[in-house]
This record gives sequence, C-alpha cells and structure tokens, in this order.
Amino acid sequence: MKRLNLFDVANIVFLLVLAVTMLYPFVYIVNISLSTPAEAMRGGLHLWPGGVSLAAYKAVFSDSILVRAFANSVVRTVLGTVLTVLCCAVAAYPLSRRETPFRRSITLFILFTMVFSGGLVPTYLLVRGLGLLDTMAALILPVLLSAFNIVIIKNFFQSIPESYVEAARIDGAGEWRILFQVFIPLSGPVLATVGLWTAVMHWNSWFDAMLYISSDNKQVLQTILQRIVIDSSTAFLESGMSAEKAASVTTQTIKAATTVVTVLPILLCYPFLQRFFTKGIMLGGVKE
Amino acid sequence: MKSLLPSIRRYAGPLTMLAPVILYFLIFHYTPMAGLLLAFKDYTIREGFFGSQWTGLDNLRHLFFSGDFVHVLRNTITISLLRLVFGFFAPLLLALLLNEVRAVGYRNAIQSIAALPNYISWVILAGIFLMLLSDQGPVNDLLAAGGFRRIGFLTEGNWFIATLISTGIWQGVGYGAIIYLAALAGISPDLYEAAEIDGANRFHKIVHINFPALVPTIVTLFILNLGSVLNAGFDQIYNMYNPSVFDVSDIIDTFVLRRIQTMEFSLGTAAGLFKSVVGMILIVAVNAAARRISKGEQGVY
Repeated sequence: MKRLNLFDVANIVFLLVLAVTMLYPFVYIVNISLSTPAEAMRGGLHLWPGGVSLAAYKAVFSDSILVRAFANSVVRTVLGTVLTVLCCAVAAYPLSRRETPFRRSITLFILFTMVFSGGLVPTYLLVRGLGLLDTMAALILPVLLSAFNIVIIKNFFQSIPESYVEAARIDGAGEWRILFQVFIPLSGPVLATVGLWTAVMHWNSWFDAMLYISSDNKQVLQTILQRIVIDSSTAFLESGMSAEKAASVTTQTIKAATTVVTVLPILLCYPFLQRFFTKGIMLGGVKE
Repeated sequence: MKSLLPSIRRYAGPLTMLAPVILYFLIFHYTPMAGLLLAFKDYTIREGFFGSQWTGLDNLRHLFFSGDFVHVLRNTITISLLRLVFGFFAPLLLALLLNEVRAVGYRNAIQSIAALPNYISWVILAGIFLMLLSDQGPVNDLLAAGGFRRIGFLTEGNWFIATLISTGIWQGVGYGAIIYLAALAGISPDLYEAAEIDGANRFHKIVHINFPALVPTIVTLFILNLGSVLNAGFDQIYNMYNPSVFDVSDIIDTFVLRRIQTMEFSLGTAAGLFKSVVGMILIVAVNAAARRISKGEQGVY
C-alpha cells in the first residue's frame, strides 16, 4: 500500500464535495416533503427534516388524479417496455441472419431514421391523423421500434454461434421457434439493457403525454408533476381538502412530496440501472 | 421450379418477421418525413395534407426574414456552444480524477452517486432547482448570510444561461465519465511499469499515458457534440424557463412547440425541416471527419 500524498487527499476531498453536491438537491426535496408547514416556510439549507410530518404524502395519495397518474405511468412503462423489447428482438433476428434476402437494404432503410426525421409537427399530425390522440397508444407506438435498439440487439445476435441455429434446424425448428427458444434465452444481458433503457425513457417521458393526452384520467405522473411543480397549480389538489387538512400542508410540501413519489421508482431500481447502463454504453460503444 | 419451394420456405420466416417492421418504419418514420412537405404548403386541419395549397418557399422566407426565428436560432447555437466550451471537458476531468483513487469501493461509490442525476427527468430536476435557486431558496439564503446580494438565477438573462449550463453539467458529468473510465481501464499495466522504471511520477503518467489513451474517445465525442449543435436541451429549458428569460432562452424546439399550440403547422414544419436537414448534414459530415481523424477506427455507424 502506497502512502497517500497531498494530491490524493485533495482528490478524495474534492470528490467527496462533488458527491455531496450531487446528493444535496435530493436530500433537500425529501426533507421539505417531510416538514411541517412552519418548518417548510423557514429559510435555510434544510439538511434535516423539521418536525416529521407525513401530511403531504397523505394529501398526494388521497388525490384521485395523482393516484390515477401513477397507475397510468406504471402501465405505460411496463407495457411499453415489454412490447419494445419483444418487437425489437423480432426485427433484429432476421437482420442478423446472413441468408435473409435484402438484408443490407432493409438495414439501411432502418438506419436512415437515425440521421433524419420528420420532426415534431409531422409526427404530431400523424398521431392525430391515426386517431391516437388521448390514448395510451400515442405514448407507446411512436417509440415502439428504434433503429438504435434494433442494431444493438442485432449485433449481439450475430455473436451467437452458427452451430446453435444449425442444431435447431436439424431438430425441425422454424425461424420463430429459433428466435424465441434459442436466441432470446441466450440474450439476457442485451435484452435487459434495452429493456431498462426503454423503461427509464417511458417513466421519464412527459413531452409526448403533454402533447397527446388531454383527459386528466389518462395523464401520466410526470406531466401531472410538471403541472404541480413548474406551473405551481396545486389548486386542484387543495380544492377537495378539509380546512384542517389544508392547514397541515403547503404548496411547497405537496410539490416536494409529489417529486419524491415520482423519483422513488428510479432510485429503487438504481443499482440495476447503473450496472446495465454501464454495460449498454460499451455495447452501443462508439464502434459497431 | 422444384428448387424454388425450399427457398421460399427458407425466406418466408425472415420475411414474415420483417414485413411488419418495414410497415412500422414506413408509417411512424417515413410518413412524417413525407409530412415535411407541409413546409411548402399552407396547411390547415380542415383542408388536410392533400387539400391544402402549395405556397412554395413562402414559409421558409417568412421564417428567415420576418419572424423571430433568426433570434431563436442564435439562442440555440449560443447555448449549445456554451455547453460545449464549459461542459465538454468536465466528464474527462472527473474520469481522470476518479482513476487516481486507489480505494475501489470509494471510487465506485462516487461514480454511482455522480451518475444518478442522468436517470432522472428534467421535470423533476427542474422542479427541484426552481426551489433551490429561487429568490428565497437555500442557495440565495446562503449568499445573503455571506453578505452577498441575492442572485436571480432564474430571472436574470445571463445568470439563467449560467444556471442552464451548470445544472446541465451537474446532470451529465457522472454518466459522461463512464465512457472515459472504460477507456482508462483498458490501458495495459505494462505501460505504467515501464514509465515508473523511467522515473515517471503520477502527473507524468496522466499526461503521457492516460491522456493520449483517451484522445480518440475525446475527438469522437467532441465531434458528435458539434453534430447536435441545434439541440440546445429542450427538456431542461422548457421546464426551467419563464417569461422573464424568454429573450435569451427561446430555442428552435420551443419555437416549434408554440407553432403547434397556435396551429401554425406549416411554419412549425418549416422550422423543423431546417433543423432536420442541418442536423443530417452535420451528423454525416461530422462522422466522416471522425473516421478520417482516427483513420477509420472511430465513427458512430
């Protein structure tokens, strides 16, 4: 073990300060969410929650719009992720097989969408024209297949030894069976990576929901949070409360509690996310 | 004819899988591309795509000569370039510093904490920063306690841009460091041993071994960043800005969104067309440059 010199000490302290800066905003929001109204109004750093109170969380969970939005986000994330992983695998399999006719042209046809797109307005008009406005399909279908995910899975499929396919063919397996019983079971890590990417993307998406969804009962959590936090409209929350209940929370504590509820699923999954995203960076790499 | 049957059977599998995929890309990617033609029409919902009048270059002319698009374009490029100048080297620096930490547990812990904000949406992050940086928020309380004036991080133009850049770095630095750390982990220990025999100290090793090993990654990432200069960070800006800073923070994407809200679809499409075309030219040019600089080893595709 080498001795620590001045540089080491400075480096360790600097990184510690950095980590504190990274965590402080989250600590602050949690502490505000747990504070009593009087404490939340007080200035200062809020390094500790002042007088623990769960009133803000009770208000959040007793609001039907918020609970509904949470459920919508969960459904959107689960459904969107499962469909994306499955469909991208189905698209990647034939593109990974040398004998597929027009393989190169079809790959180029798909890859072109990575460098050029119709942009926001035509996409909005398409979703509108297909009659998908105000449906969950508008949040899932436009992002169902992406060239990037297909290429990542295709590259992994290409590394699976040819002998597996030959053995399966000799046993009389058709293409669909080879995909589902040979390739997909062998591709756990890459499918998990694509799945987690997609899940985080779906959970965090707000723009498409803001644009396409107009009914409150179909709205997702991020967009409701945006209304509460960014536009400061907690009126619809407080309107249904008794006077006694309304006195136990403030706009600040409700904003903070909603934020914590929205961010919590990501924090709980973080250990997995970190591992697979890191792997994903290497998979996607800078090279094909 | 006899030999055709097995080959049809062989192709039928892949083609039944690919047909819906091709259809999907035609509908959800290529139809909007064709929709870009709206930039040359005067589109209304009632008349539809085919019914509306062709207007030639009127929309593009309006965009560049009579609207506020030029102003918006300038804001976009300014913010992007400032992000590049101040933010590009932050992940590199973090990676080099993390790489010098010998305690693996400490290093991994810091790395994980630093990468966390990358996974969280700007709705949430903006919400938190709006509280932290508001006039009566903890950051300004701290400044006031130190005898400084309270700063309008969210309301004074230049301070708002600085806030965008620095919170952007805060969000991306830890995740950005991962790719550099991977490249550093790939350096052969032999190089360090040889350098030690030659009497190199830590700083010599960083300058002469670590940094050169990262140059291809640095060049590629830098060029890729140049390629997305028309993306100034819509998610962050939309959730953080307010009328007092529209003047400096209105960007192409917010401009296009407003055109949807006011039903000026053709004008919005024209702006989007400009962005898509310039974006494609930049990506292709930049990728060719990346390949050339690193002699064919790098490039995104």
